[in-house]
Amino acid sequence: MLAYLPVLLFVLVGLGFGAVTIGLSTIIVPRRENAVKNSAYECGVEPVGNARGRFSVKFYLVAVLFILFDIEAVFLYPWAVSFHQLGLYGLIEMVLFILILLAGYFYLLKKRALEWE
Amino acid sequence: MSIVPQPTFLALDWWALGPVLALTAGTILLLLLEFLPQRANGNRGGIVSLLTFLASGYAVWRVAGEKRELFGGMFVHDPMTVFFTLLFCAVGVLATLMSWDYLKRTKINQAEYYALLLSSVLGMVVMAASNDLVTVFLGLELMSLALYVMVGFRRSQLESNEASLKYFLLGAFASGFLLYGIALLYGATGSSNLAMIGAFLADTPLATNPMLLMGSLLVFVGFAFKVAAAPFHMWTPDVYEGAPTSVTGFMSAGAKAAGFAALLRVALRALGPVMVDWTQLLAVIAFLTMTVGNVTALLQGNLKRMLAYSSIAHAGYILVAVAAGGPEGASAAVFYLATYSFMNIGAFAVLTMLGKGREERVLMSDLAGLGFREPLLGLALTAFMLSLAGIPPMAGFMGKLYIFGEAVKHPQLLWVVVAGVLNSVVSVYYYLRVTVSLYMKEPEGEPVGISWGAPAVLAIVITLAATLWFGLQAQGLWIQAQNSVMGLL
Repeated sequence: MLAYLPVLLFVLVGLGFGAVTIGLSTIIVPRRENAVKNSAYECGVEPVGNARGRFSVKFYLVAVLFILFDIEAVFLYPWAVSFHQLGLYGLIEMVLFILILLAGYFYLLKKRALEWE
Repeated sequence: MSIVPQPTFLALDWWALGPVLALTAGTILLLLLEFLPQRANGNRGGIVSLLTFLASGYAVWRVAGEKRELFGGMFVHDPMTVFFTLLFCAVGVLATLMSWDYLKRTKINQAEYYALLLSSVLGMVVMAASNDLVTVFLGLELMSLALYVMVGFRRSQLESNEASLKYFLLGAFASGFLLYGIALLYGATGSSNLAMIGAFLADTPLATNPMLLMGSLLVFVGFAFKVAAAPFHMWTPDVYEGAPTSVTGFMSAGAKAAGFAALLRVALRALGPVMVDWTQLLAVIAFLTMTVGNVTALLQGNLKRMLAYSSIAHAGYILVAVAAGGPEGASAAVFYLATYSFMNIGAFAVLTMLGKGREERVLMSDLAGLGFREPLLGLALTAFMLSLAGIPPMAGFMGKLYIFGEAVKHPQLLWVVVAGVLNSVVSVYYYLRVTVSLYMKEPEGEPVGISWGAPAVLAIVITLAATLWFGLQAQGLWIQAQNSVMGLL
């Protein structure tokens, strides 16, 4: 079971981090509440209320596109770490990978998926 | 740690990877081509996708006799890959042909439709060629994600939206099962490579290991959902009914064949050593699937729903072959998948021609008297129905003959063979109901208009020829099917 000790530590640190940051900010934050301050920040949705409220489908679109290009960045990290072993082959692979994603980016630009109105 | 050799482009196997590369390139090309001006009547998407399918088929056919492992053994090029890649390319060509005029008259966006068609076929190819649980999952998701969208392509129709959402939610759920199963299999055997799992299980008696059992069961559930086997078939009728008819035809053949191809690979290659314990479970599921499909199909008045239940029933027949196991059972399943693909796409190709403009006339009553007004169309539909019912000399008969012939060699499967034959008899009733409608009913109200189109007619001619040919000259395809499963065992 000792092998799972890092997992336990990871969970404890994770929980501890959340507890400490939220706990500290509740304790030390100065409380000067007013209506504007309590409202949802910028484009956010009211945190308390009917969960079945409708909101624009454009949020989903932006979220999906964000994930797409977010994942692209995630794939760049392992390549960057092993760049020296992979050499030219890896570089060309990565250029191809990014070109394919760029095609998608070009497509959504032309489809005007990024325009809010 | 093993030392990974320096990868180079020269070491890549371009021909064996040809289908994957061509389909990827075709998909991207189609997306970008959409922004170039096009003649009002042109069908650039259809042409590009036809060429891509032909190029993919050629590439894999060129190195058909060879056996190679690519990407560290995650992707294999073997006779099974060749067989299924050629089948998927044929399904893709037929789907393109029957979509040609159907898309125009139903005003469906063409570039995106064909791009999704290509990427869905790409997913199928990856599934059939995968030698690793991760590649299986990758292919399955690629195929499914494209299909979720294609199902919802009639986006002004409520039932199409409903079908898409239903398929997506249930499909995502099934993918979750599959992924959990993969994780447990990996945990139990220490590898995600199918061949290495097989080798591990052959050496280590793990048959009663709960983690292995649970993992295999969950993986099976994931596949059972994709091939529409009971009790995971609930989505099928609604999705088949709501999807555009051309998409229904495509997914009923392609997705089922891909699901079974991956299932066969996992079952025979990885879980081969423990498959003996699965025979009765598979037989029970096969029995349930056949019976539920056939009995419910009796009551359907909508042809797409009827064919959906019929496709569930056919999944049941193929599961009988999987339960029989071994090279013979697997080749019977492969043979059946190939013949089923052609006859089922043929039936759907006829359906795409019923109705004018955006209307869809797929009720049993719409066929009334059609056999006399359009004799050739009536004859083609009758032939497909006879083949689906398994009446000689059609391909469907030979498929059933091979499956039940192989299964009956196992005494413990005798009961499910008897049930299967009885099920076939039941199915004759609803397939012949179509024929009765075609020839013995008077049309009520306005008779259905036919949207003729040369590509759809070509698709019907090809499928009809294949259905007859594989029925009369089954030997050739049977030998190919036997060859295709050789590498698995």
